[in-house]
Amino acid sequence: MQPKRVADAHPSLVTNHLPLTTRHWLFMTGVLSFLGRNTLDFLRYLSGLYDLGAKASYWTFVAPFKGRQVKWRSAIHQMVVAGVDSIPIVGLISLFIGIVLGLQGAYQLAKFGATYFVTALVGVSMTRELGPLLTAIIIAGRSGSAFAAELGTMKVSEEIDALEAMGLNSVRFLVVPKYLAMLVMMPCLTMFSDVSGILGGALFEMAQLDKTFSMCLTATRDALAMHDITTGLIKSVVFGLIITTIGCNEGFSVKGGAEGVGKATTSSVVVSIFLIIFADVIFTAIFYFTG
Amino acid sequence: MMANDFEGPMIRVEDLVTHYGERRILNHVNLDFPTGETMVILGGSGTGKSTLLRHIMRLENPTSGRILIKNEDICPMSDEHFNQFRGKIGMLFQSAALFNSMTIEENVALPLRELTQLEDSTIRIMTRIKLDLVGLSGFENYMPAQLSGGMKKRAGLARALAMDPEILLFDEPSAGLDPITAAGIDSLILKLKSAFRMTIIVVTHEMASAFLIADRITVMDRGEVIATGTPDEIRSSKHPRVVQFMNRIPEGDEQDAQEYLRSLTQN
Repeated sequence: MQPKRVADAHPSLVTNHLPLTTRHWLFMTGVLSFLGRNTLDFLRYLSGLYDLGAKASYWTFVAPFKGRQVKWRSAIHQMVVAGVDSIPIVGLISLFIGIVLGLQGAYQLAKFGATYFVTALVGVSMTRELGPLLTAIIIAGRSGSAFAAELGTMKVSEEIDALEAMGLNSVRFLVVPKYLAMLVMMPCLTMFSDVSGILGGALFEMAQLDKTFSMCLTATRDALAMHDITTGLIKSVVFGLIITTIGCNEGFSVKGGAEGVGKATTSSVVVSIFLIIFADVIFTAIFYFTG
Repeated sequence: MMANDFEGPMIRVEDLVTHYGERRILNHVNLDFPTGETMVILGGSGTGKSTLLRHIMRLENPTSGRILIKNEDICPMSDEHFNQFRGKIGMLFQSAALFNSMTIEENVALPLRELTQLEDSTIRIMTRIKLDLVGLSGFENYMPAQLSGGMKKRAGLARALAMDPEILLFDEPSAGLDPITAAGIDSLILKLKSAFRMTIIVVTHEMASAFLIADRITVMDRGEVIATGTPDEIRSSKHPRVVQFMNRIPEGDEQDAQEYLRSLTQN
């Protein structure tokens, strides 16, 4: 991609003394090998994610029937840490975004004298899009990074090796409780975010558009279809899976000491947010075209 | 506690070769660990001795070769099958590897809780016995972060002993400890040796402790076994690398000058 890095990787490409055609040839093979290597790295990363997901599904859905119970105590602990403890920040940010949506919506809709529809705008945007997305981004920053840091530190201090050495599966012990916690808590937090956002919009409307609280509620109820809420919740489950998979995978792949943990934590957030938005595009498109 | 129904060494390593990426870490290692004896693997950093230990614990997979525990090759085994062996092997990691979110007692009890069907009260008693054995009674409810380095190692040892293993592995037991604490760990190993007839493998570069605790010593260098025998045999070895290691002679610069020049002109 960047010629400089190709040249770094292949010092033999710095070949000003060679005929032009030879130089072009060398440059092209350099570019191709660079692309190939990166594609392979990317595929390897994806297969790592797939592997982790497959193992986690096995320990969640298959192993309990073979007498290996899921660690419920640990899962509930994770639910508290990742879910309950996130309620204040999710609520507050969603409230603010609700207010902002109300403000921006009113600014545009006032041109058409249609400020009545601000409520519908806030309600539909929050439930279909912003509730799940905001929650996912907050949780990626809060819990996904914590997963990566926790597992990374355990990797560095040989704790994961110690688990395996005792014959205790690290995915079952450490990853499955996190998946369960996220699968339960992401939809809950998303609903909480939806409500907070709608409340924020209502606050603005009551203050500026002379509506009463019950008018806002009625307008929201009329504007929202069940479909709007369920699509948001489906998204939130997918986002939860992304956050857990990326966080745990980054944690397990830590190399080196504290520096490695730091890198894994950062990249867990960056990669999860990227994948969340990518998945969001795809799901929104699917919901749009299927009605 | 030892099963006497099989002949030969407890662990036999046959022609073990391992690579990390392109780099060869273990180069055709052949080694027998006789039942009930304490084997010390000596060698500098990066000579593959810890890697060998991790293979016996099956934390790594070799490129080729076999590792036999009680005449059974553990490398191609399924995880389910190998888990039956895991109870027989205890390992003390270099950093003790205690679970930081659990108390000392919970750490030691974890393998018993997860791998056995014992009553809670029985587990509690067994945990106390193990902690007593390593001299940590009274510290049951401490968190690992509240303990000193030497105490962490002792707690890690208590956890390794929890399942009454027949094989005990030590990865650098004295690393990062002051001489007095390290000597304490050595005497603990000696105590275990006389009390239980365990097959013990200790990986270290501390010569004093090696000669104190070993029945047999193996010296490794650059992924190869260069000498193995009783402490006296090792002491009188004529192998240049063994002599260099024993006498703490630093790596020479001049002898590699030609090699160095060649490495510069390559590429």
